[in-house]
Amino acid sequence: MSYSNKVLDHYENPRNVGSFEKTDTKVGTGMVGAPACGDVMKLQIKVNQEGVIEDARFKTYGCGSAIASSSLLTEWVKGKTLDQAREIKNTEIAEELELPPVKVHCSVLAEDAIKAAIEDYQSKNGDASDDTQQSA
Amino acid sequence: MSEVKRPIYLDYSATTPVDQRVADVMCSHLVMDGNFGNAASRSHAYGWEADEAIKQARKNVAGLVNADPREIVWTSGATESDNLAIKGVAHFYKKKGKHIVTCKTEHKAVLDSCRQLEREGYEITYLDPEDNGLIDLAKLEQALRDDTVLVSIMHVNNEIGVIQDIAAIGELTRARGILFHVDAAQSAGKIPIDLQQLKVDLMSFSAHKVYGPKGIGALYVRRKPRARIEAQMHGGGHERGMRSGTLATHQIVGMGEAFRIAKEEMATENDRILSLRNRLWNGFKEMEEVYLNGDLEQRVAGNLNVSFNYVEGESLIMAIKDLAVSSGSACTSASLEPSYVLRALGRNDELAHSSIRFSIGRYTTEQDIDETIRLLKTQVEKLRELSPLWDMYKEGIDLSTVQWAAH
Repeated sequence: MSYSNKVLDHYENPRNVGSFEKTDTKVGTGMVGAPACGDVMKLQIKVNQEGVIEDARFKTYGCGSAIASSSLLTEWVKGKTLDQAREIKNTEIAEELELPPVKVHCSVLAEDAIKAAIEDYQSKNGDASDDTQQSA
Repeated sequence: MSEVKRPIYLDYSATTPVDQRVADVMCSHLVMDGNFGNAASRSHAYGWEADEAIKQARKNVAGLVNADPREIVWTSGATESDNLAIKGVAHFYKKKGKHIVTCKTEHKAVLDSCRQLEREGYEITYLDPEDNGLIDLAKLEQALRDDTVLVSIMHVNNEIGVIQDIAAIGELTRARGILFHVDAAQSAGKIPIDLQQLKVDLMSFSAHKVYGPKGIGALYVRRKPRARIEAQMHGGGHERGMRSGTLATHQIVGMGEAFRIAKEEMATENDRILSLRNRLWNGFKEMEEVYLNGDLEQRVAGNLNVSFNYVEGESLIMAIKDLAVSSGSACTSASLEPSYVLRALGRNDELAHSSIRFSIGRYTTEQDIDETIRLLKTQVEKLRELSPLWDMYKEGIDLSTVQWAAH
């Protein structure tokens, strides 16, 4: 399996590795995937009062592409509103990292992870009503 | 060769480099000045000389396993030998019965040959191994029927290195008049094989797992009591009609020399390799959440298959790119299925996805092993820092109780 330099860079120097306190109301946590499939991704966002993601963290069990997809995603979501973050498509991640076809599922998982994190944040804060119309 | 340092080679179960002594013999059987003739040419010295060289190679291969040279059939490798043995027996004895017994952890060459026979209307029983990779003989015995014509069980497993008790299986099959085929690709030259003692009827060999060239192998076909097979390759009637095709003199003498060397050096080489393997395992054992796959005692010296829990195999392989090893995680393929061998042992998904096979051989050094231990310790720790499963484990969460959103 030959990876693009971008995957290798994220794999060797993953950005924003770590965790936030799950119970913090400003934090949304998304955990997707399954050990059976060989990848599990945990993505966390910290949202400020303006509804902007001010920080993000990830931990991923999976192949190099899965690690790179989640690392890239944490970079992308920072500074975005929840609505903007929800618009991120797996195809954009796959394209940026030049993922081979067999690895596209890693980018799908990353998209699922950010959606799950946003949902978690909103259900915690009870303000999902504003966004439900736009959610996918 | 480039200046870049090549990875440490610990994938001897995948293939071995050709021993220099083997390469020298092969080179002398290629060019005009060498022994290049067609062994089937009866009318001139070129043919006679090639025939002579092949006779010697046949003796060497038979010699390693205490067989008669007339019981050796040259093939293109163990895959072809497995195909020829299984389909050959099934087709020849189809009037006697159409049932075959094998095991879920066999090599794909055996399993896929059996699948093909299923499509042709044969019935196959695929035995489950025990958790340590070994077959329960009582279960095997229960699977035997009146219409069973063949049992095919490998000697040493290619992934986990466990050694099956082929002597005991042979007793069961011979007593019932059932033929017994053994895939010995991973065991020939690694553990003693005595076909005068073993009640094995057919045995597959490969040259390239024993420091010989790729593209050549052999099938042992017993003469007394006689095992019969239907040819799969038709043509000039070479190899007593069992496998047609001009004999590849240079490949055959290469295999012969490789097996000759193996017979001479196996005992001392095994001691050395076993001590390296123990050194490697002792290094890994100090780490947390490390599991050995397959039985430690009933195991070939050169194999160590280890799961580093909570670290995915493919990412680990990326992290240890200074090592040439293989992973039981098949995330590289579209299927995303982990190793079917480890799954058959009842290993859970995380452990199956987290396995690495280290296989040690003739050119492995102590420094290689020490460097391997150092690398694994550093990189496993690094990847566990990245792993949400490791966090959950540390928090005391039982992963088997988690509801995963499978994708």
